[in-house]
Amino acid sequence: MDLSLSVLITIALAPLVGALLAGLFGRVIGRVGSHCVTILGVGIACALSIHVLWQLVSGDAKNFNQDVYTWFQAGNLHVSVGFMVDRLTAMMMVVVTFVSLLVHVYTIGYMADDPGYQRFFSYISLFTFSMLMLVMSNNFMQLFFGWEAVGLVSYLLIGFWYKKPTAIYANLKAFVVNRVGDFGFLLGIAAVLYFLNTLDYATAFDSAGALTGRAITVVGGHAWPAATVIGVLLFIGAMGKSAQVPLHVWLPDSMEGPTPISALIHAATMVTAGIFMVARMSPLFEMSEGALSFILVIGATTALFTGLIGIVQNDIKRVIAYSTLSQLGYMTVALGVSAYSGAVFHLMTHAFFKALLFLGAGSVIIGMHHEQDMRYMGGLRKYMPVTWITMWIGSLALAGTPFFAGFYSKDAIIEAVGESHRWGAGYAYFCVMAGVFVTSLYSFRLLYMTFHGAERFTVVGHHGHGHAAHGHAAVVGGQSIHSDPGHDAHGHDAADEHKEDSHHTPGELEHAPSESPWVVTVPLILLAIPSLLIGFFTVGPMLYGGWFGKAIHVEEQNNVLGELARDFHGATAAALHGFIQLPFLLALAGFIVATVIYLFKPALADSIKRALHPIWRVLDKKYWVDEVYFAIFAKGGVKLGRAFWRGGDAAVIDGVLIDGSASLVERIASGGRRLQSGFLYHYAFAMILGLILLLGGYWLVGQG
Amino acid sequence: MPTFNDFLILLPEAYLTVAACVILLMDAFLKGGQRVAIHWLSIIVLLVGAWLVIDGQPATAVSGFSGMFIRDPVAEILKVFSLLTTALMFIYSRGYLRDRNINEGEYYALTLFAVIGIMVLVSAGSLVTVYLGLELLTLSSYALVALNRDSKLSSEAAIKYFVLGALASGMLLYGMSMIYGATHSLDLATILHVQNVEWRNLMLFGVVFAIVGIGFKLGAAPFHMWIPDVYQGAPTAVTIFIGTAQKIAAFGMAYRLLDSGLGAYAHEWRMMLAVLAVLSLAIGNLLAIVQTNLKRLLAYSTISHMGFLLLGLVEANPAGYSAAMFYAISYALTSAAAFGIILAMSRAGFECEEIDDFKGLNQRSPWFAFLMMLVMFSLAGVPPLFGFFGKLLVLQSAIDAGFLWLAVVGAVFAIIGLYYYLRVVKVMYFDAPVEGTDVRAQPDMPLRFVLSLNALALLALGIAWGPLFAWCQRAFGITA
Repeated sequence: MDLSLSVLITIALAPLVGALLAGLFGRVIGRVGSHCVTILGVGIACALSIHVLWQLVSGDAKNFNQDVYTWFQAGNLHVSVGFMVDRLTAMMMVVVTFVSLLVHVYTIGYMADDPGYQRFFSYISLFTFSMLMLVMSNNFMQLFFGWEAVGLVSYLLIGFWYKKPTAIYANLKAFVVNRVGDFGFLLGIAAVLYFLNTLDYATAFDSAGALTGRAITVVGGHAWPAATVIGVLLFIGAMGKSAQVPLHVWLPDSMEGPTPISALIHAATMVTAGIFMVARMSPLFEMSEGALSFILVIGATTALFTGLIGIVQNDIKRVIAYSTLSQLGYMTVALGVSAYSGAVFHLMTHAFFKALLFLGAGSVIIGMHHEQDMRYMGGLRKYMPVTWITMWIGSLALAGTPFFAGFYSKDAIIEAVGESHRWGAGYAYFCVMAGVFVTSLYSFRLLYMTFHGAERFTVVGHHGHGHAAHGHAAVVGGQSIHSDPGHDAHGHDAADEHKEDSHHTPGELEHAPSESPWVVTVPLILLAIPSLLIGFFTVGPMLYGGWFGKAIHVEEQNNVLGELARDFHGATAAALHGFIQLPFLLALAGFIVATVIYLFKPALADSIKRALHPIWRVLDKKYWVDEVYFAIFAKGGVKLGRAFWRGGDAAVIDGVLIDGSASLVERIASGGRRLQSGFLYHYAFAMILGLILLLGGYWLVGQG
Repeated sequence: MPTFNDFLILLPEAYLTVAACVILLMDAFLKGGQRVAIHWLSIIVLLVGAWLVIDGQPATAVSGFSGMFIRDPVAEILKVFSLLTTALMFIYSRGYLRDRNINEGEYYALTLFAVIGIMVLVSAGSLVTVYLGLELLTLSSYALVALNRDSKLSSEAAIKYFVLGALASGMLLYGMSMIYGATHSLDLATILHVQNVEWRNLMLFGVVFAIVGIGFKLGAAPFHMWIPDVYQGAPTAVTIFIGTAQKIAAFGMAYRLLDSGLGAYAHEWRMMLAVLAVLSLAIGNLLAIVQTNLKRLLAYSTISHMGFLLLGLVEANPAGYSAAMFYAISYALTSAAAFGIILAMSRAGFECEEIDDFKGLNQRSPWFAFLMMLVMFSLAGVPPLFGFFGKLLVLQSAIDAGFLWLAVVGAVFAIIGLYYYLRVVKVMYFDAPVEGTDVRAQPDMPLRFVLSLNALALLALGIAWGPLFAWCQRAFGITA
């Protein structure tokens, strides 16, 4: 039995329908109506995605590749809308729709009092649609459509609280930085079209061999191999979308958006689009050692150096954001050593535990009445037990503790890098190894600062009206829109004005923190389960069993995972073996250091910070990347724009073309007006001149 | 000897001649209030004339008086629209004439004679008939322009028109004599088929002079100088005639002379027409920009429109002629509505012809402001109005003729032209009325009704332009 086209169309369109209903008729159907239609839409998509995955896994259905609709035809270029569904796609579909579904549910609690409730649901459903179009595409153009659409929704959601200047700054930044990546991506697509004469995946992949020996002169007269040019350009797109150094700067700032979208878009799904894309294009990337080395080095750099920044962050969401950057770096490294399955596997496990960590952080933020600074937390475990335990599970998975999901994926990546002989693999091996220690350090630091140790906040509540007066604390977040940057501020109206003053002093809370409502904790639990287990059950087939089939293509000499597969003797054995491996020991070291510093001797943190002040400053300033970009690109751009405006727009266009042509017309007209003198003999003279003109013209033509 | 059959072919013209004489007599005997009968009678005469033209139309072209007079589908369409636009003009003009004490009887009779001239002209089968029709038309027109005898402007315009018209007429006649000298024939069909190599230069001189005559009648630059002064100086009730039926006549004359007679020299004359077209487009559009008087603006607009019409003629084949004819009709109907609005706004002692008079019209007469907007958009060639498709078709035929550069010039000037048409719209909708003026439409019900129909027809024919264009194409033997 083949996959049904109508099922696939339903999967893609159900979230779109939900988004349109909630977006256009949000006022009519109300808050409950909005979240019902969108959850229903995404729920249908999720259920059908699981069904499709099941059909493919059980062998009931063959891979699906079919055009559905001709988008446009221009000359020889035929672009259609179509679906290519194999196991890689189906897995992505399940991850996307599952996380999206949980985030939808979670949002009910998180955004409960927000005036933009319907708009938010519309956006996240629209995002789900866009992401599905991206992963289900069977051609580059539709991929690009999805690519841009998720970028657009990301932009809209980062700036969801559009009255908050920092959010607007962040969404503009994300948009601009992604333009850089997308420019490369578009050039890459153009290069594919140029060299392979098709935008269809299957055709392009089949004819990838034709790239051998072809070259293109880009700049400086040096001829580059076509495959390398295509690979690097496409990967530049991935660098923007998946926030790889040096295009990573937008992701930390994107935390200005509401936490649910940080979990959905900026951790679990959209940022992994770049990883997915490279894995999908593996037949093309396999053609170029150079491009893969480039990917490897970029990924390794991202994995280590962004992780280091995570150690010095105090905003709970930013710690996780840097952690996301670092983990994306790990995935990219895996791509770079041709371990595409490893990258996609890590993508999947990471989607679960990182979404869990973000939603957990969101739960903490709710509990702390929209306080995000970990320096004012501590000891929350007794207030929020469910959040506490699930966050621990997520962190253990992230740190790579054996048996947890993250262990299998991360360990495989590290070993694959160790096996690889590609240029840059040595550097990458060092980076991913050191990254393990760093990951462990910031993960446990976050846990200790948030849930353990002394409470660093005070409750100065108005005891006259306790919780009952406000419903559950989760939905009472009355922070004004002009609150401190970095705070997850709701664009609330002044419904609860009496809360305003208490929030100007960090660390003072109106009410004691409390556990979040069930719509928040249930998604946490549902994400904790795969974070714990999914690696154990899927590592064998997905990583070593050729599960992806022909979806991922690896040249024989690059097959590092194949090498590893020979030493793989089941998930349990691998985990037990993991306890005596270097990565685990490094993670353990990170755990111990974090425990000593942040749990037992908090004073130590400050003295270390003083002792290592220069390093701390480098990390705190994030290597001054933002400052450099701002000075060169932003200011330079403004200067260039001003120069163009003055020189080009004001002088040439307005001055010469507009005013100039107008005054020219004016002059001609007033000259012509003078000819229209009113004297009869002038008129007759003009007629005679006309006659002579015609005769003369005829004469010239006749002679010539 | 002419037979009865010859006169049967001539029936609409003969009928109109008799009717015009009757109206002239009635004018002499009727007094004061009774003269309103002349008004309605004239309109009925025109409509019956149109009916006679259509009803008696033979299936194929027939000719009478030894080929001097041709009755073919081209003539049919041109006559019908000449008669209809003239009827529109009569409806629009009544109040205007009455307010200014202009002799209505003479106006109707002279116009009817001019219309007969048009009908003879567009049916001409020989050089003599062309000249006969043309002179009947222009001589009546000179008198019409001078109809407002108390106005110095009107008299001045008439003199200019007369002198320049005589000059052009002389040139045309001179050209005709050369053509006759070269071909020994006055019959257009014979001239077309004469193979006369040794006298080719003489023949081409004749062609050039004929084109001067045509250019003058069309008002194409550089033979346009009379147009602004006459448009402005003539009573608006007469200007409308020069701007509508006469344009249709000019197209008919161009077609008869250039195609029916001089078709063998198309290669030479189409280049000349292209030059005239460019000059007309440039002068018409550029000078219209600086005009403050609406009638003068419409005069320059006419010049530019004749440039567009010439774009259709340069293709020199049935496709081009049908596009040009469609253009002439669309222009005539649009221009009729434009002058109709000026007439509707004018009243005793006040000529509503400055653009400033239209300031804030939307606040006082929103319906007329809307109609004027339709007219301006149609003149400018804004889709989906009538004028747009006219422009589209002539540009298309210029491209088909291989004159791509000419089409580009046309398109550029169409954009420039947009400026002054839209300025009128802007003045009506966005400017405040000038203090102390109270320009309103006359409460003349037939005028209001017919004018509304006329302006709305621009929209209707813009949306459903197919049938009319198909009619034009059939007339030139193109079957879709």
